[in-house]
Amino acid sequence: MSATTTGSTETGPDRDRVRLHDAVIRFAGDSGDGMQLTGDRFTTESGLAGNDLVTFPDYPAEIRAPAGTVAGVSSFQLHFSDHSIHTAGDAPDMLVAMNPAALMKHMGDLKPGGTLILNSDEFDERSLAKAGAVTDPREDGALVDFTVHEVGLTSLTLRALEEDVASGAITKKDAARCKNMLALGLVSFMFSRPTTGTEAWLREKFAAKPALADANVKALRAGFNYGDTTEAFTFTYEVGRAELPPGRYRTISGNQASAYGLVAAAQRAGLPLFLGSYPITPASDILHELAKLKHFGVTTFQAEDEIAAMGSAIGAAFGGALAVTTSSGPGIALKTEGIGLATMYELPVLVVNVQRGGPSTGLPTKTEQSDLLQALFSRNGEAPIPVVAAKSPGDAFDTMLEAARIALTYRTPVMILTDGYLANSAEPWRIPDVDTLPDLSAAFAFTTAPNGDDGEFLPFRRDPETLARPWGLPGTAGLEHRLGGLEKAPDTGDLSYDGANHHAMTVLRHERIARIGAQLPPLEVDDPSGDADVLVVGWGSTDGPIRAACHTLREDGRKVAHVQLRHLSPIHPDLEGIMRRYGTVILPENNMGQLAMLLRARTLIDIQAYNRVTGAPFLSSELVEVITRMAGAGLDGRGADARRDA
Amino acid sequence: MSATDTTTTPLTRKDFASDREVRWCPGCGDYAILATIQTLLAEVGARPESTVFVSGIGCSSRFPYYMDTFGLHTIHGRAPTIATGLATSRPDLDVWVVTGDGDGLSIGGNHLLHALRRNVNLNILLFNNEIYGLTKGQYSPTSPLGAVHKSTPMGSVDRPLNPVSLALGAEATFVARSIDADRKHLMETLTAAHAHRGTSFVEIYQNCVVFNDDAFIQVTGRDTKQHNQIRLTQGEPIVFGPDGEHAVVADADGSMSVVPTAEAGDRIVVHDATREDPTTAFALSRLAPTPDRPTPFGVFRDVDAPVYDDLVRDQVARATAAKDADLRALLDAGNVWDVA
Ligand code: SF4
Repeated sequence: MSATTTGSTETGPDRDRVRLHDAVIRFAGDSGDGMQLTGDRFTTESGLAGNDLVTFPDYPAEIRAPAGTVAGVSSFQLHFSDHSIHTAGDAPDMLVAMNPAALMKHMGDLKPGGTLILNSDEFDERSLAKAGAVTDPREDGALVDFTVHEVGLTSLTLRALEEDVASGAITKKDAARCKNMLALGLVSFMFSRPTTGTEAWLREKFAAKPALADANVKALRAGFNYGDTTEAFTFTYEVGRAELPPGRYRTISGNQASAYGLVAAAQRAGLPLFLGSYPITPASDILHELAKLKHFGVTTFQAEDEIAAMGSAIGAAFGGALAVTTSSGPGIALKTEGIGLATMYELPVLVVNVQRGGPSTGLPTKTEQSDLLQALFSRNGEAPIPVVAAKSPGDAFDTMLEAARIALTYRTPVMILTDGYLANSAEPWRIPDVDTLPDLSAAFAFTTAPNGDDGEFLPFRRDPETLARPWGLPGTAGLEHRLGGLEKAPDTGDLSYDGANHHAMTVLRHERIARIGAQLPPLEVDDPSGDADVLVVGWGSTDGPIRAACHTLREDGRKVAHVQLRHLSPIHPDLEGIMRRYGTVILPENNMGQLAMLLRARTLIDIQAYNRVTGAPFLSSELVEVITRMAGAGLDGRGADARRDA
Repeated sequence: MSATDTTTTPLTRKDFASDREVRWCPGCGDYAILATIQTLLAEVGARPESTVFVSGIGCSSRFPYYMDTFGLHTIHGRAPTIATGLATSRPDLDVWVVTGDGDGLSIGGNHLLHALRRNVNLNILLFNNEIYGLTKGQYSPTSPLGAVHKSTPMGSVDRPLNPVSLALGAEATFVARSIDADRKHLMETLTAAHAHRGTSFVEIYQNCVVFNDDAFIQVTGRDTKQHNQIRLTQGEPIVFGPDGEHAVVADADGSMSVVPTAEAGDRIVVHDATREDPTTAFALSRLAPTPDRPTPFGVFRDVDAPVYDDLVRDQVARATAAKDADLRALLDAGNVWDVA
């Protein structure tokens, strides 16, 4: 349905079926309309249909924004395709608007010629006023560019459930709430999707309330049948299976993948997992997920505050657990002192920051990458710690394993950056073979006996290669030792106020982190033509939009290379050399240029930064435009450059 | 992860003393507390490898450095949080928290409150000297109104906190008060605290000779102490004074007061720390909001209640028993599809 799509039309007995390569649908409604659930279900149906997909849920910032207002609109966008895709799509091809507010908020995004499904029951004067519409958009010409289907979603639902209400099985209010299932049924029909999977899911979800299960299933079927029987829908669409690498797939969100990655890391390390956490948007789902996984030996501690969450993780690490704390920017600010302490203790603690818009409370439900410098530098004093970032929802799983590997091998706190976009959006995830996951038990061994020459325990006698100190657990006789935040002497860890020693220890703490970089596998550059002269550098969740943009440019014969960083501290040692190979280096970030500033300072390479912080991820079309503008003729490649020089 | 050393050789006080030179000011009350705890651990048969002292920041928080056990000198006010994480993941350890009036009640007040109400298996010792010693003499949350210190040249206008009242308000399951100058009482009180399962909270009046000398003179002075120390003994009527001439009586409004024993009649309160309801213990703690008048010492409250970390571990144990830790099954769940 997108401009890049070349669909073929097949004429069926009743109507035409259009074959598409990809489509973008956005479901939008009031927070109470169940849009996230509707989107989740359509996502699952798309996954089961074999599509590649990326989702982008967008929540209202206020939990109790007045119903029917633009502030209360919740939406869910899904991009699904028959080929590999990397973003949730730029502009939707189809918008389902459950009320005027949803329409007002989102109609500007809909592609010209796009399909609009409106819940016509909600377009009365009061609702229009609440949505801030001066005139009815259905009548004032605002929708002329779209194919509009006005459907009485509420009244159709009530009619379908008339008997259920009459018999007293459900209330009228319950019946009206099923309208999201009617909408889902209609969209499922339009995209030739069977409803059986969702029916089974509804039966399970409402197992304790069979009357509600019945009602939801009826509404779902009514929506499907409505599409089938009315002549309004002259086309249906089909998006074929994507050619994904062989394997078993499921959809997974970033927060879910983070939780599973932590459990996997603990199991592969042979350690109990301890999570200390305090509720915060958008990180709380990791706490919820892990609280359900106690059978993996997971302990979750909901602390009194962020500081206590961090402190409890330090205590658990001292006791020999794989210790984790999860939060978002404002919470990380509070944990900072504790992270500094763990840096001095040299204990492995994983600190997950699901970044959101800042500063201060900022935009809690929106995504941003603006905590990079906080992750790198927010402790007092010189306190370097490793920082890694996840590139996609599924990649959060691998990122947790990598963070645990670093923390356990080098005995250091590690910051893991994801963001609100990764946390909540979903993609198909190839389920890894558990046996091939890295064996983290090889990364460390608890000290069992004193290591000093005179039979004493030296808690800071280091491994000459990794500079890691011994991890000696309480409970082990002969290893009694004291850790503190004060500067320490080598080996013994005794307090030392000596200036020269402090300088040496500071240098050592930097060296410890730098050595992690030296042992990383080579940094991969995506440069298929091999002679690109333009390099796009990104980190974290910009991977998808950058990849999609590069793909579009290459389809157009342009030459562009891409490198996406996972390791941000230490920065991968290969990066500088790679950047020097390209005439133009472009770095898009959802912040005001944090990594660009850092890389420019460290390499003196004239990196061009592109920055936007509107709470939404980059669009691939936006990056195509940016790269084209910044790189100019450089996109012709190095060969062209050489020709020009000659 | 249990102790690898199961030896039962009796240990002495010296076995719990580290080789670190003790750096408190000469005459500081901390010395007596340190010696008492080292003796106590030897007497109760504690093992150094299974004992952990966790402290915050302040004079008292140097305590772990002087113990030849495991120890964590942490950050200001946060010791209860770190101790909670440790105690929750390691039931085999004996975890002590050493804090002060500034560390535990000011910057770390929130953490102390939550450790107390959760009933984590910790021994929390609050050394109260009514002053910030390490930072050289500012008033603290327990300094009395009018206290003149470096940051209050015209006298403090902050209403002080009573640590025992605070702990009882949080329904801590073991709450006691003792004093550095009385080794015997301190030993008895700390022994009872150590024997309690759950959070035990002990306020210890500790004299800071340098910045707040004689803050507790009313309860320690040769002339005043017998009239101002109310010793609580389980099951005994609360009377005090050289000849037992003062008595604590319950008043009609639920509070308590001190009257001459001769006039008390049958109103004398019989001390019962095991009472489930903390109301009486609280009333007792309000007899002396600050220790400038007859002040109770001993165990205010000692009740059995579910212990937080036991409950947490029990949930994990039940979950582990009920379901396999099958990572493959976890990942391979929900709506899956195969791509050939
Ligand atoms: S300043 Fe006071 S509390 Fe601190 S060590 Fe000296 S006497 Fe003790």
